Amino acid sequence: MSMNTISHYKQTIQEHSAEYAVREALESGRKDTHNVFISLYEERALARARQVDEGTVSGRLAGVPFVAKDNFLTLGGATTAASHFLENFHAPLQATAVEKLEAEGAICIGKVNLDAFAHGGSTENSAYGVTKNAHDTARVAGGSSGGSAVAVALGTVPFALGTDTGGSIRQPASFNGVVGIKPTYGAVSRYGVVAMASGTDTIGVLASTVSDTELLLEVLSGQDERDMTTLPDYFIPQDKPTGKKIGLIKEFMADGIDEEVSAQILSAVEKLQSDGYEIEEVSMPMLKYALAIYYIVVPAEISSNLARYDGIRYGTQKGNDGSLQDVYEMSRQAGFEAENKRRIIIGSFVLSSGSFDAYYQKAQKARTLLIREFNDLFERYDALIGPVAPETAFKIGQNTEDPLKMYLEDVMTVPPSLAGLPAVSVPVGKTKDGLPVGLQIIGKRRDDAQILAVARDVEAQYGQ
Amino acid sequence: MVSKDILDTYEMTIGIECHVQLATKTKLFSRANNDARSAEPNTNLVPIDYGLPGMLPVLNWEAVRLAVRAGKALGSEVALESHFDRKHYFYPDLPKGYQTTQMYRPIIGSGKISVPVEGGETIDVRIHHAHMEEDAGKLTHYDTYSLVDLNRAGTPLIEIVSEPDIHSAAAARAYATELHLLMTYAEVTRGDLYHGNMRFDVNISVAKKGAPLGTRAEIKNLNSFRSVERAAEYEFTRQVELLEQGDSIVQETRGWDDEKQLTISQRSKEDAQDYRYMPDPDIPPIVLTNDEVESIQADMPALPQAYRASWKDLKIDSSVVNTLLSVRRHAELVHAVQLRAGDEAAVRIANLFASGLGSNTAGEQVAAMHEEVSAEELIVLAEMVQKSEVSSNGAKEIFKALYLGEHDPRAIATAKSLLQNSDTDAIAAVVDEVLADPASAKVVADIRSGNDKAIGYLVGQVMKKSGGQANPSLAQQLLRERL
Repeated sequence: MSMNTISHYKQTIQEHSAEYAVREALESGRKDTHNVFISLYEERALARARQVDEGTVSGRLAGVPFVAKDNFLTLGGATTAASHFLENFHAPLQATAVEKLEAEGAICIGKVNLDAFAHGGSTENSAYGVTKNAHDTARVAGGSSGGSAVAVALGTVPFALGTDTGGSIRQPASFNGVVGIKPTYGAVSRYGVVAMASGTDTIGVLASTVSDTELLLEVLSGQDERDMTTLPDYFIPQDKPTGKKIGLIKEFMADGIDEEVSAQILSAVEKLQSDGYEIEEVSMPMLKYALAIYYIVVPAEISSNLARYDGIRYGTQKGNDGSLQDVYEMSRQAGFEAENKRRIIIGSFVLSSGSFDAYYQKAQKARTLLIREFNDLFERYDALIGPVAPETAFKIGQNTEDPLKMYLEDVMTVPPSLAGLPAVSVPVGKTKDGLPVGLQIIGKRRDDAQILAVARDVEAQYGQ
Repeated sequence: MVSKDILDTYEMTIGIECHVQLATKTKLFSRANNDARSAEPNTNLVPIDYGLPGMLPVLNWEAVRLAVRAGKALGSEVALESHFDRKHYFYPDLPKGYQTTQMYRPIIGSGKISVPVEGGETIDVRIHHAHMEEDAGKLTHYDTYSLVDLNRAGTPLIEIVSEPDIHSAAAARAYATELHLLMTYAEVTRGDLYHGNMRFDVNISVAKKGAPLGTRAEIKNLNSFRSVERAAEYEFTRQVELLEQGDSIVQETRGWDDEKQLTISQRSKEDAQDYRYMPDPDIPPIVLTNDEVESIQADMPALPQAYRASWKDLKIDSSVVNTLLSVRRHAELVHAVQLRAGDEAAVRIANLFASGLGSNTAGEQVAAMHEEVSAEELIVLAEMVQKSEVSSNGAKEIFKALYLGEHDPRAIATAKSLLQNSDTDAIAAVVDEVLADPASAKVVADIRSGNDKAIGYLVGQVMKKSGGQANPSLAQQLLRERL
């Protein structure tokens, strides 16, 4: 059994105190051997821990420490989105997700690394250096929620908040051997989270166990009047899957997939079959367009969402002894990382008059066809499975010179994102080199509880 | 200067875009107060209004309701499904780097309004569409810096886009005026032009009569009916002069200098920005049912055309109608009098509004608008006139007193000694006295020899001797009987 669970922390808090648990977590954070943290919220965390110990703060997560990806607005320190632009930005309010965790007594001990503005899949695009993989410090943590995954994998905290726009929770969860869920689009409020691509941004968690993930999703999910895209409350954890007929996505197991990853997935399939699951291979011809659709629609929304970072009202301001144009150009030049700029340029291009119909509109039409393919499969299957990524955590620097290769890492995680579907990454063993492999379980919209029930059956097979 | 003869060989073609600020309590996508008229700069703000990271829009349904109402007032289709888009450009008054607007699927579709122009005529102006959007903030420029006030950022607007159906400066003004009437009667906007509640962009091109449309210029941000008319007049002459010199018109945006009464080039088409419109993923589509649209329409207050229709048979001058409509409370009062006391009473009261208040000082008129004069009081006044209890001048005085805060027309008439004496015997006595006066002898002789007009003098004498209280028509009747 993993010791890094919420119930284990609650036991520690009962035996010692919330302050003790929080001090331990802060101490681990201070050592920070993997460059996980951007900031530690020592003062606020300890103050809240004392409130728990005094009994003025209570709840299902009373005293349990957690970290938030540094794109959640929080009180207690800066919120940087791992960018230079927001390096001194202190939010006047907290994200709904953070508020909901705090309402249950959880304690945010600090903010962790990501690719700047969540653009990337390796946490190498951070303005604050690369986060190292929990299992091999020469390898990437994955991303963009790299800090969140490593903080949980190292046992610094039992859970972490992350965001997933095209795989940013699932892939680092897979790379570090933890559970990571990207809920149905709209399940968890996006209010107070630095936006990447509004149409696919989701808020989720990374934790050590499926049960903890369920509890956290129960706390986090629900309609929020401050986010019009949130769905009416629907999430209720379920003990067992409602059905055991599962489709294994053929295209994900074909060319380009690492042999060891493939072997681990097939082994997981066998284990599930022995557990009474009926598993069939399914094909989704539209999947080959998913990456192209994603890298049109998402940069378009990124270029739009990053327009507010103009150096006028908050954040980095440069060139203010020059013209207005200077302020815009120099502030954005200094505030954004190369990958941010690349995506702004792609996005601005696909939205420009003349390109909008040819790229953006066409991509949206293709997206509709992709969604239709998913819907058709969910008429026959209770869930779909496949790997999270074609390979395990790669070497730091291995893909940085080749953005296209980096984008290809997202090929298995972007399709559910484009369709707004829930998807979870659950560990299914390791390679010979000791690198974790994650199984991705995808459900139909609002079937978060169903895929978590399947994930729990997977987890049981691996002695978790 | 080109001569009028040459100007007359050209025709102007005008389309108008009108921004209307909606009279909601809060902004289009935030809970911040929407009424910034007396607020200190940057105080009517919540985080989304200054574009804080992570902030999301929450649509104000009151703004949707008012937009639907506006659509119905414009005689337009209301879309059962519409959507917001983002229009991108960088400017310090635009905190998110984009304006949330409706580019692809506006809430109000095509329609038509009938616009009264001079001489009781009307013209039809088609509405292309109208869309919802948020207003930007306000910049104030100084020598070496500019200040940003975001109080107005996020104020809900509808932008009403007309077809190019307007062909004179006067008609442009009439259209702007009619939009103002429609939007204020429908209670879509406070309609305060001074505070920019309605702003007009005038697109104007000129061409020889019968020739294809010329290149247009857009005069931005006009905030009075007068400036709409003057800017159109100025542009017409300017463009004709250029064409007559053999120059061509540049497609451009121009501003109106109200002091110098001329338009100034601001930017040409070459500088036009690519706004990179994109559907806004943060805001689900606005979905309405027919029932919802109908119930919003059912709540609509009476529009100007309803008043015009009910006054159509009164034979009152179109200028009187316009005067009445220009103050909605006045139109409502005349309408109430008409409903309860009939057409004749309504005409009397309408004329009192047109003459009585029209000749008052500005201060009195302003005060008048706030007075709580009831239709009942006006009906009593109309009856008094009809029964000759007061003269028409007396009625004006009573009317004015009512508007200055006094009540009860009869009490006012008594207090001001305005009641006419219609007691035949009493007046006959005065008439006899006047006729007996030697000073009247010459006039009496004149009248008898055919100069009928001279009777006015004798009536005047009767009025004088009765202290102004004799009913003049009765006095004249009695005089004639005796002559």
